[in-house]
Amino acid sequence: MIERRPLGALLAHFILIVGIVIVAFPIYYTFVASTLTTQQIMAPPMPLVPGGHFIENYGGAFAGVATIGGVGVDRLLLNTLVVALAIACGKIVISILSAFAIVFFSFPGRMFFFWMIFITLMLPVEVRILPTYQVIVDLGLIDTYTGLTLPLMASATATFLFRQFFLTIPDELVEAARIDGAGPMRFFRDILLPLSYTNIAALFVILFIYGWTQYLWPLLITNDNNMNTIIIGLRKMISFVDADTQWNLIMAITILAMLPPIAVVVFMQRWFVKGLVETEK
Amino acid sequence: MNRRVVFPNKLLPYLLVAPQIAITSVFFFWPAFQAVRQSLYRDDPFGFSSRFVGLDNFEMVLSDPAYINSLQVTVVFSLSVAVVALVAALLLAVMADRVVAGKGIYRTLLIWPYAVAPAIAGMLWLFLFSPAMGTLAVMLRDLGIDWNPLLRGDQAMAMVVGAAAWKQISYNFLFFLAGLQAIPKSLIEAAAIDGAGPARRFWTIVFPLLSPTTFFLLVVNTVYAFFDTFGIIHAVTGGGPGKSTETLVYKVYNDGFVNLNLGASSAQSVILMVIVIALTVIQFKYVERRVHYA
Repeated sequence: MIERRPLGALLAHFILIVGIVIVAFPIYYTFVASTLTTQQIMAPPMPLVPGGHFIENYGGAFAGVATIGGVGVDRLLLNTLVVALAIACGKIVISILSAFAIVFFSFPGRMFFFWMIFITLMLPVEVRILPTYQVIVDLGLIDTYTGLTLPLMASATATFLFRQFFLTIPDELVEAARIDGAGPMRFFRDILLPLSYTNIAALFVILFIYGWTQYLWPLLITNDNNMNTIIIGLRKMISFVDADTQWNLIMAITILAMLPPIAVVVFMQRWFVKGLVETEK
Repeated sequence: MNRRVVFPNKLLPYLLVAPQIAITSVFFFWPAFQAVRQSLYRDDPFGFSSRFVGLDNFEMVLSDPAYINSLQVTVVFSLSVAVVALVAALLLAVMADRVVAGKGIYRTLLIWPYAVAPAIAGMLWLFLFSPAMGTLAVMLRDLGIDWNPLLRGDQAMAMVVGAAAWKQISYNFLFFLAGLQAIPKSLIEAAAIDGAGPARRFWTIVFPLLSPTTFFLLVVNTVYAFFDTFGIIHAVTGGGPGKSTETLVYKVYNDGFVNLNLGASSAQSVILMVIVIALTVIQFKYVERRVHYA
């Protein structure tokens, strides 16, 4: 505080609270809707305090009252969880290994591989959707977890993060390990990996959210309703709207689809902020 | 980036990079190469053969009024999203930097929209503003506004911009807050002693010192609006009404998967690739060296 301006501080709190209300309102609104009946939702203006149908709606969502082509919400959530975890873990493993090779070894083609990984920054999935889709079709990976996750696992940003971090590790540490007779994999497992834990945690949070919120790729790769992610499933539910659409259940499922990544961000906030700032550097 | 001490193994490093190189080759380079190749060919209507047409596909795409329209839509959409998300986030970050009590709580409550999937963000806004059941749509109509985003392109655009910007505020907020906290307090104190009020201090000291962060975020927000908002458009408007919210990425998807026009879709992919490369170069050339986070 440079000077005491009680009015200024009050104004700051006021603006922040207004900002939070605006930011939180769409989610709060959906939550309220998820505790009402369809009739209440369809007769605007909808009440803005939660109603008494919470257990009924969320229970109904899980009991399979609302299904997309005969597939229950639990299956969709499971698919999404598998996809998010596979992408996050796969990316971390692949990137840490290639960063290890690029930093701690000297071999012909090292810079070539480095640039090959670097250039993928310029090829997001959106600019090569059709041909990548054809590759998946040719490999017979439509409607498989492999097809949903493998193409998203190569990541230049994660490799860079590990590379930057590995470059800060003093040569003395590597020398000491070698004098003590440790081979490269021993060094990796006993020294490098424990030192990388915070980086791994930070990346995991970012990548888990990245995996959970994927949309275009699962939309293309899944035909079978059994393999849909929760987000694709929801989108299918709201696009085939008719008089019987159970909006109360859709609202409950929307909340369920948002909950896991929000929980990860809120409860792992320290690593989230670290991961966000470092992966963009 | 060369270390003095390295391990002497000959084969091991190749095994270590192999997974990433394999995935990159199969799912990045091969498709990118295919996109470039297909953009130079045209399929006959039955899909039996394709013939080399040189740059005809590009000529066709670039002279297509629908493509020019989608280019304009993308520019308007990206700029609106970036401006709205940056201004709102900067205002909130400056306020959060000023308050002493409750800073952590404010931060926690502002960052979670980051975790909401773009498609779901779009659905939330659809619930709020849908003419049939949205409470805010009713309020707008009570105010005398003829609110119908299903028929009016400008209103549909406002809705997707709102959803896209809403989701991006938390990201910008975190970076602005980090940027603000990196500004030395002594500079601001010196200005205060010289008699500059909060507004003057902001415009003459804080804002110029934040400009690297702002520029960096401008690039990131543009990339976000170009590529990551496909889910919002697809879930909320489907490019409509008419083609008033059809962005470039949505058009690539639509021409390739819905209209099955391989040559045109590939040519558009290649144009998009050029745009991404340009944005990446800008980011590295102008942003990389000048942004520092404490």
